[in-house]
Amino acid sequence: MPQPIQLKDHEKDARLVRRRVYVGLAVVMAFFGVLAARMYYLQVVQYDYHSTLSESNRVHVQPIPPTRGLIYDRNGRIIADNRPSFSLTVTRERAGDWRGVLDTVVEVLGLTVEDRQLFEKRVLQGRRPFEPVPILFELSEEQIAHVAVNQFRLPGVEVAAQLVRHYPQGMHFAHSVGYVGRINEQELKALDPVNYSGTHHIGKTGIEKFYEDELHGKVGYEEVETNARGRVLRVLKRTDPEPGNDITLTLDLQLQEAAEAALGGRRGAVIALQPSTGEVLAMVSQPSFDPNLFVTGISFKDYGELRDSIDRPLYNRVLRGLYPPGSTIKPAMAIAGLDAGVVTPTSRVFDPGFYQLPNVKHKYRNWNRGGDGWVDLQTAIMRSNDTYFYDLAHKLGIDRMHDYMSRFGLGQRVALDLNEETGGLMPSRDWKRARYRQPWYPGETLILGIGQGYMQATPLQLAQATSLIATRGKWVRPHLAKSIGGRPAVDPEPMPDIELRDPRYWDLAREGMEMVLHGARGTAKRVGDTAAYRIAGKSGTAQVVAIKQGEKYDSKKLDERHRDHALFVGFAPADDPQIAVAVMVENGESGSGVAAPVVKQVMDAWLLDEHGQLKTEFTPTLSAEASPR
Amino acid sequence: MTASFDPTLSSEDVLRRRASFLQRIHLDATLLILLLVLGAVGLFVLYSASGRNWDLVSKQAVSFGLGMAAMFVIAQFEPRFMARWVPLAYLVGVGLLIVVDVMGHNAMGATRWINIPGVIRFQPSEFMKIIMPATIAWYLSRRALPPSLKHTLVALSLVMIPVLLIMRQPDLGTSLLILASGAFVVFIGGLRWRWILGAVTALVPVAVGMWFFALHDYQKQRVLTFLDPESDPLGTGWNIIQSKAAIGSGGVFGKGWLLGTQSHLDFLPESHTDFIIAVLAEEFGLVGVCLLLTVYFLLIARGLVITAQAQTLFGKLLAGALTMTFFVYVFVNMGMVSGLLPVVGVPLPFISYGGTSLVTLLSGFGVLMSIHTHRKWIAQV
Repeated sequence: MPQPIQLKDHEKDARLVRRRVYVGLAVVMAFFGVLAARMYYLQVVQYDYHSTLSESNRVHVQPIPPTRGLIYDRNGRIIADNRPSFSLTVTRERAGDWRGVLDTVVEVLGLTVEDRQLFEKRVLQGRRPFEPVPILFELSEEQIAHVAVNQFRLPGVEVAAQLVRHYPQGMHFAHSVGYVGRINEQELKALDPVNYSGTHHIGKTGIEKFYEDELHGKVGYEEVETNARGRVLRVLKRTDPEPGNDITLTLDLQLQEAAEAALGGRRGAVIALQPSTGEVLAMVSQPSFDPNLFVTGISFKDYGELRDSIDRPLYNRVLRGLYPPGSTIKPAMAIAGLDAGVVTPTSRVFDPGFYQLPNVKHKYRNWNRGGDGWVDLQTAIMRSNDTYFYDLAHKLGIDRMHDYMSRFGLGQRVALDLNEETGGLMPSRDWKRARYRQPWYPGETLILGIGQGYMQATPLQLAQATSLIATRGKWVRPHLAKSIGGRPAVDPEPMPDIELRDPRYWDLAREGMEMVLHGARGTAKRVGDTAAYRIAGKSGTAQVVAIKQGEKYDSKKLDERHRDHALFVGFAPADDPQIAVAVMVENGESGSGVAAPVVKQVMDAWLLDEHGQLKTEFTPTLSAEASPR
Repeated sequence: MTASFDPTLSSEDVLRRRASFLQRIHLDATLLILLLVLGAVGLFVLYSASGRNWDLVSKQAVSFGLGMAAMFVIAQFEPRFMARWVPLAYLVGVGLLIVVDVMGHNAMGATRWINIPGVIRFQPSEFMKIIMPATIAWYLSRRALPPSLKHTLVALSLVMIPVLLIMRQPDLGTSLLILASGAFVVFIGGLRWRWILGAVTALVPVAVGMWFFALHDYQKQRVLTFLDPESDPLGTGWNIIQSKAAIGSGGVFGKGWLLGTQSHLDFLPESHTDFIIAVLAEEFGLVGVCLLLTVYFLLIARGLVITAQAQTLFGKLLAGALTMTFFVYVFVNMGMVSGLLPVVGVPLPFISYGGTSLVTLLSGFGVLMSIHTHRKWIAQV
C-alpha cells in the first residue's frame, strides 16, 4: 500500500502556532500581574513597615559568632577555654573620616606609628558594610576609661566584649593542642564567608587546627534595627549560634607534667602511648612556649625571640624532629629477620668486634670494639650487638627491609589527628634512584640494620613502632582526641595489622627487649634494677655529626650541640603493656644512661601509686576486671 | 506602518513599493521606539544606581550604541539565510563551550570567557542565547507539527547539551535562560499538552524521591537556602532583605530620582547590576515599576504579533521563542529581587549594567526585525 505523501499543511501549522501565541500572551499577562501584585504588596501594603525601617532607622544583620568548643584532658581538666576580653572596634561607615579617627585613637591611648599602621590594615580587612572591625585586643581598664572619656571625638569607635581563647595550662600543651590566632588574608579566602562572618580567630596549629570545623560551631545572627548613629534599638529576629563541639583529649595533665619534669630542663621529646588504644597520654617537646601569646597577635619582639632562640622552642620535636632511629630499631629488625626466615630463634653469629662484607675491606664496627663472641637473636638485642644486625640486614636485603619497616610505620605519617607530623624516611632502591640517581649499594643496607644511614624517624614513629611490638602487631593510629562532641575519633584509612608467620616471634623480640633492662648483661640494666615492674626497652643513639672510619667518638672533643642525641623506647609492664614511651634527649649522648631514666620516670608516673606500688588496675590479676582510666 | 501591511499582496516588489523607509532598511518602528525608551530609562536609573558614576553610564551608552548597530546589521540578513547557517553556528557554539569548560578546569577555577588577548574576548554562552532557539526552530520547522515524541526528544537533547555545559561553568542564570529559549520553541511548535502535563506529574515523584533517598543533609540544606534565601541572612538572604526594604520604602510615588537612601548607603550590593530594579522601585515607586512593566509588556506583545504574522514556520518559532525568553528575563529578575524567586544571576534587560547582555538582547531584537521585514508571500520551508 503506497504511503500517502505528507504535505506540509502551512495553514494548520500557522493556526497551531497562533493558538500557542495566545497561550503565551495569557501567561505573560498573568505573570506580569503577579509581579505587579508583589510590588503592590511591598510598596503599598507593607509600605509603613519598610519605610520605617529605611527612613528613621536601618536594618542590619549582625552575625553572632559561636562559642568555640572547649578542650579537656582525659580527666576533664581544662586545657583550652574562652575568656571574656575587651577589644576596640571601628565601624568604617560610621566613623566618617576613619583614618582621622584612627589618629585620634592612637593619640588618646598613647600608641605608636606601627600600631597605627596595623590598625589601618585591620580596618581594611573588614568584610561587610557596617561591620565593626576589632583593631586592638585585651584592653586594660585604663584604656577603656580613656576611650570612654574621649568617646565624643571617636565616632564609630566602640569597646566590645568578646570571648577569646585562653590556655590556662600555658606551655604544657603548646606543641600538641596548638593555638588559635587571627584569621589572615590567605585563610580568609579558603573559609566559608558566612559561617565565619562573626569569627576573628581560627586554629593555627595542632588540635585547634585539625578539629577547626568541630570546634568552631555554626554562626547565628540577629536582624536588628539601629538608629542613624548605629545604636541597636531592637532586635527583630534572632537565630542563636550553635556552639562548637567540646573535645576531650587522650592526654593526661599529670603525666604531661611528670614527663616534662623527667626531662629535667634538657632539650628533647617525650611521647607516651597507650598501646591497646593508640591514645597519646603525654606529648612533650622541650623547650616550649606560651600559646596565649599568639591568640591576639604576638608582638614582633616576642616572636623574634622565640624564632631566633638557639633552643628552638617553636620546633615541634615530637612530630617534626627527624632522627636516625639508631639501635631502637633493632627489635623490629629482629622480627623482620625472623619472619623473612633469614635468622632463626637459635641461629648465631660470631662477633669479633666488626663485620665485613665478602670481598670488601671496609670494616663495619660493633660499638663494643672487643666483640661479644657468639650471639643469638635475644643476646643481640640485649647487648645491642651491631655485628648480628649487620649480618641480618645483609641477608634480609633492602627490598624486604623496606616492606617490613613500612609496616611498622616508618617513612610515613602514622598519627590520626596531628597535622604537623612529617613522614620521615624509610629508604628504598626507588627512592635512591629518584633522589641521587644512583643504584643501591649493599653497604647501605648494613648500616640501615642498626638504624643509621638514610633512615629517619620522628619520636612519634619510634613510639608507634614500639607500641606495635607491645600489641603484637595490632595497628591503631596514635591520636589526641578521645571524644569530639561525645563521639570517638574515627580512622578513615586504618593500617593493616602486622601478621607474622609465627606469633611467637613477637615474644622473642619482647623477651630480648626485657633483657635490655633486666638481663645480666643488659645495656640498661642499671635502670631496670630500680624498676618496681618489668620493662621491655631498647636504647639508641642518633649521630649529629658523622664519625670518620677509624676515628673514635670522643664527646669531649665535640661541641656540646654536636654530641649525639640519646634515644630510648620501651613499654611496661613487659607482660601486659599499659604504656609505650619514646624519649629523645637532644645531645644527651647515652640512650641507656640519659634517655632510659626519663622513660622509666614517665612509666612510674603512669603505673605506680603514691606508695610506689603498681596501681591495682595494672596488676595482672585484676586487670581483667579493672575499668579503664 | 506595519499595521497597514496587506497579506493579499503577492509580490515583494509591490511590498517594497508600499513599504516605508524604515521597513526598507528592515527596522520595525514599534520595536525601535520601545527599545530607545528602555535604553534611555536604563541610563537614567544607572546614573543614580551607580552613585552618579559618569564613566559607567557612558560605557553603558556606548554598549547600547554597539547593540543597536548589531541589531541593524542582523536585521539585514534574511531569515532563510539564518536557517541555513544555524546548524553550523550551533556546532561552533557547543565547541567553544567545551573549550571554555576544559580551559576553566585547567585554570582551576570557573571561567565563562574565551579570551584571545588583543584579538577578542567574549562569552560563548551569550552567543548561545540566540543560536539555541534558532537551532531548535530550524530543526522543528523541517518536521511535521506538532512534533512527534522522537523529534521532541531530539530537540530537548540539543537544548540540554549547551545548558549542562553552561551550568558547569557555573552560571545558573544563563543556563536557565538558554533552557527556556529552547523549550519555548518546542512549546510554540505545539508540544502536546498531555506530554507537558505528563512530564510535570512525572517530575514531582522523582523530586520527592530524590529528596528523601538520594540527597545528603548538606545538599538538602543548600537546596532549601536556594529556594528560601531569607533563611540565610548572612549570605544571599542579606541582599533580599535589603532589596525588599529598598523596594518597599519607595511607596507609590517613590523618593525621587537620585534620592533613594537604601540603595545608596552601601546597603544593597550589586545595586547597579542584577538588583537595579530595587533602585528604580525605591526612587520611582509603584508607579515607576508599573510603567516599566508596561513598556516591557508592549515589547513582548509586539514580539508575539510578529510571531503570529511571520510567514515561515522557522520565523514563527524563532520569533516566539525569542519573545518569550525576553519575558523570562524580566520575570526572573524582578521575581528574585522582590523575594518571590530564588536568586539566580539574571540581569534586568536594558536597565542592569553590562555591555554583553545589552548587545545580545539587541541582536535578538534584530532577528525579530529581520523576520518581520523580510516577508514574502511564498513560504520558505
